[in-house]
Amino acid sequence: MTPRAIVRSAIRKGLSMIGICDHNSSRNSEATIRAAEGTGIVVIPGLEITSSEEVHILGLFPSMKEAQLVQDHVYGHLPGVNDEEAIGYQVVVDEFDMVDDLDQALLIGATTLNIQKVVNLIRDHHGIAVASHVDRSGFGLFSQLGFIPDGLQLDALEISKLTDSDSAREKFSQCTDYALISSSDAHSLADVGTAFTEVEMSEASFDELRLAFKSSHGRRIVRTCRLA
Amino acid sequence: MSEIKLVDLVQALDLTVSAGAQDLEKPVAGGYASDLLSDVIANSKEGDVWLTLQLHQNIVAVAFLNNLAGIIIVNGRKPEEATVQKAQDQGVVVMCSAYPTYEVAGRLYQLGVGR
Repeated sequence: MTPRAIVRSAIRKGLSMIGICDHNSSRNSEATIRAAEGTGIVVIPGLEITSSEEVHILGLFPSMKEAQLVQDHVYGHLPGVNDEEAIGYQVVVDEFDMVDDLDQALLIGATTLNIQKVVNLIRDHHGIAVASHVDRSGFGLFSQLGFIPDGLQLDALEISKLTDSDSAREKFSQCTDYALISSSDAHSLADVGTAFTEVEMSEASFDELRLAFKSSHGRRIVRTCRLA
Repeated sequence: MSEIKLVDLVQALDLTVSAGAQDLEKPVAGGYASDLLSDVIANSKEGDVWLTLQLHQNIVAVAFLNNLAGIIIVNGRKPEEATVQKAQDQGVVVMCSAYPTYEVAGRLYQLGVGR
């Protein structure tokens, strides 16, 4: 998966907006933003942070500046070093799909930040906090912690392409309390666009997305979709 | 041993009590070890002592929900402050062991818990 190829896939699948969120890193967000310039695809920078409870939380940010600051904090609380033989290369690329660096952090690992600290970190940097794939039995909020604790200021919950929103709401009643989105969690090009969310906004932008998650000013989540 | 109580476990395994020191006379019916709270909700039984490395305050709610005898946090970990507070409020016993899950479970089994 490289920035240009991701953008091409997004165009082909008819997406308007995509988020680039590597595990515990936003280092590939900027190149993808650049690769999308002039294509009409809006790229939201972010990262998928692993809390100390091993819950995955997506942080989406208005710009690279905030994503970068959050990433620095995450790297400061992420023990371990990558083993390229066992885990593979963690490639950081530029907008021309050229390799810039091989990241040495143990990105597959969990941070020492608990879920409350992760959500606060995202919100303190003007980000949107989304609990990832809450329906899944690994690294999901419900699997790890049973239920959403009081006072955790999540902006939305994401369901994986393994389920639809009605089933998710039926199985996990707290899904009715939050904006519910679906996305592909693409780990390969073929996955791009296999699940997505239809959103009513005046334009595809971070600020509009935030309004939609709040069902504010007429913006809203219309439906979650997945391809068979 | 006839009826095993929390206080017996505290003494035998040299556990530190973080919350609920006044409730150590509670009987222990069995044991359960898991770090997925969804699994504990589904599969632990009333009166079990629960071994986990999770520190989040949701562990208190799960123990309360399933009416567990108490929680043992393993491997030298310490519960978060909010967890201790909540455990005190809800009358849930939280204990800590320096040993990892495997060893705590083995020692409990040897004592007769769940046998």
